[in-house]
Amino acid sequence: MTTASASRTIRVETLARVEGEGALYIKLAGEHVTDVKLSIYEPPRMFEAFLRGRHFSEVPDITARICGICPFAYQMSSVHALEAALGVTIDPAVRLLRRLFYCGEWIESHALHIYMLHAPDFLGFQDAVAMAAQHRELVERALRLKKVGNTLMVVLGGREIHPISATVGGFYKTPRKQQLTALVPELEWALEAALQTVEFTSKLEFPDFEQDYIFVALHHPQEYPLNEGRIVSSSGLDIRAAEYEEHFVESHVKHSNALHSTLRGRGSYLVGPLARFSLDYEQLPREAQQAAVAAGLKPPVKNPFRSIVVRAVELVFACAEALRLIREYEPPAASRVEVAAGPGVGHAATEAPRGLLYHRYLLDDHGLVRAAKIVPPTAQNQKRIEDDLREYAARLSGWPLADATWKCEQAVRNYDPCISCATHFLKVTIEQERP
Amino acid sequence: MSSKTKRKPKIAVFKFASCDGCQLSLLDAEDELLAIVGEVELAYFPEATRAALRGPYDIGLVEGSITTHHDAQRIQQVRRQCKTLVTLGACATAGGIQALRNWKDVDEFVRVVYASPQFISTLKLSTPISEHVPVDFELRGCPISKAHLLELLSATLIGRKPNIPAHSVCLECKRRGQVCVLVARGEPCLGPVTQAGCGALCPGFDRGCFGCFGPVAGANTAALTAQLLALGQKDYQLARLFRGFNAWSWPFRKASEECEKR
Repeated sequence: MTTASASRTIRVETLARVEGEGALYIKLAGEHVTDVKLSIYEPPRMFEAFLRGRHFSEVPDITARICGICPFAYQMSSVHALEAALGVTIDPAVRLLRRLFYCGEWIESHALHIYMLHAPDFLGFQDAVAMAAQHRELVERALRLKKVGNTLMVVLGGREIHPISATVGGFYKTPRKQQLTALVPELEWALEAALQTVEFTSKLEFPDFEQDYIFVALHHPQEYPLNEGRIVSSSGLDIRAAEYEEHFVESHVKHSNALHSTLRGRGSYLVGPLARFSLDYEQLPREAQQAAVAAGLKPPVKNPFRSIVVRAVELVFACAEALRLIREYEPPAASRVEVAAGPGVGHAATEAPRGLLYHRYLLDDHGLVRAAKIVPPTAQNQKRIEDDLREYAARLSGWPLADATWKCEQAVRNYDPCISCATHFLKVTIEQERP
Repeated sequence: MSSKTKRKPKIAVFKFASCDGCQLSLLDAEDELLAIVGEVELAYFPEATRAALRGPYDIGLVEGSITTHHDAQRIQQVRRQCKTLVTLGACATAGGIQALRNWKDVDEFVRVVYASPQFISTLKLSTPISEHVPVDFELRGCPISKAHLLELLSATLIGRKPNIPAHSVCLECKRRGQVCVLVARGEPCLGPVTQAGCGALCPGFDRGCFGCFGPVAGANTAALTAQLLALGQKDYQLARLFRGFNAWSWPFRKASEECEKR
């Protein structure tokens, strides 16, 4: 039997239903959490080192390999940073197409996380397959939604994982209008399914847990952020991507192969759906705002467990936005502009499904990478996840260890952490000290 | 039901250094996923489930390359637990993009990426699974082809050899009726020396193949190198071309080193 005064450890050796490998270790003395370590033991892959010496044109194909779940986010952040370094201006139709491509990745990634990685926690299943035995319609909806996102990626990029069409200056090849309009009926179904997803997630049971987050996201005056915008925070930050390193600091802790990010003078912060929704609500299309209101969400959303509902609202956004973009699409005169090699420094940030993703490149006279810096969303959220757990685990002191452990895992999954990205990073351990 | 049901084969998915893309291919088989999981037991698959059943497993799917001492030991345990061991993708079959460290000083790499290099434990080389344990089948690709994965699973479940094409990308390209980017436009393309599997995607998008599926059996890299040099490519450009996601596979490795030496 566990009493509130006992000391114990919550230990998760391999965090499941996250992308990549990590572990969680929480030490409790009574109701006090004395230690929280989100340990990212995913082996380091060192992209920033081996990008040196590569030609700028090769970079988007390489950075895609940081992550199989959100390869396009890595391609876009690097493409935008390299275009900034080389002074490239793209065709407006190309800009639109990139936004459409990003919608495909958001649909595929959010559907995967909402239904297959996160919902089983709320409904008490080990996984989506077990969930399918009782809720087959949910899993079938998830798979069809995911497929809509993936199909969009296949049409635009040849394949859903590591697509091959994006390049500095535009696309190797742009789609014909009919290829995109053929997707409209399925996207219309997806928009309806996304609205049902908001309704389904809004009825789940959420722990009464709110945190005072500093939200960080891109902000664009006219549109919900994907590829462009200034970096803003709920604490008053408003900067260009090029100023990122003046305000954000990465530090290296012993227990993790991913670097911890903090906001200078402010500590941990949060990127991802809660941040975007809270800072950019006004830019959401009408359907998404109405769905949010019906789900009882209004910015700022401070309960991290409600991120599943916010993700569903973003799913509505991504489907509605994809439909709008397809209706407006006219193929560009040329799929890309010629880009001359040369020296330069370029910075860019885009919104990966999990949050802000920052890239910087320094190029030499021949267009070869001299230095690269890549800050993935999960690395930025890593310290914030530990801060959440420090608060949350303390409330679980009277719980049976197995249930407390599962709840802590769920708290980590609120972030849809992508560990593979963060190490270019989960297991849960709760340890209780002797009183 | 009273009739005795046959034991479902246990499948386990293991991850080493990689991007998660190849194992995601299984979840991306949206039309087939529920049918597959009806026939097998997903005994261990951390990306998809909290449940973790003990081995032995009938089929072990391994993604990722070996880059740490810990992983070099873990793959031995994985092999002992799996009746059939299949590698998924370029990392597991050829060392992956992280094998680019193999030509460099890895300690210097760690210093470039990490502020406290002493916290990082990593091997000097990123190596494929087959350099550590016997492998029963290797699925190529960065990422693998979903169709190949489905063929592999169904073939293994009924006990026949998977029917995976072993010809070059060129043949896929011709079958699709695509114009040759190398001959018609003089652009570098690894299609002639790369194994089929992607459906000749890149030439279909007006760009040359960059070798995601690794070297085809009998790849004549010397002939391709000579032709590309004649078309005006430089040695250092070709060295980089061969050093992609399958850089450590022997034919590409040798070709890149020869280009570098000249």
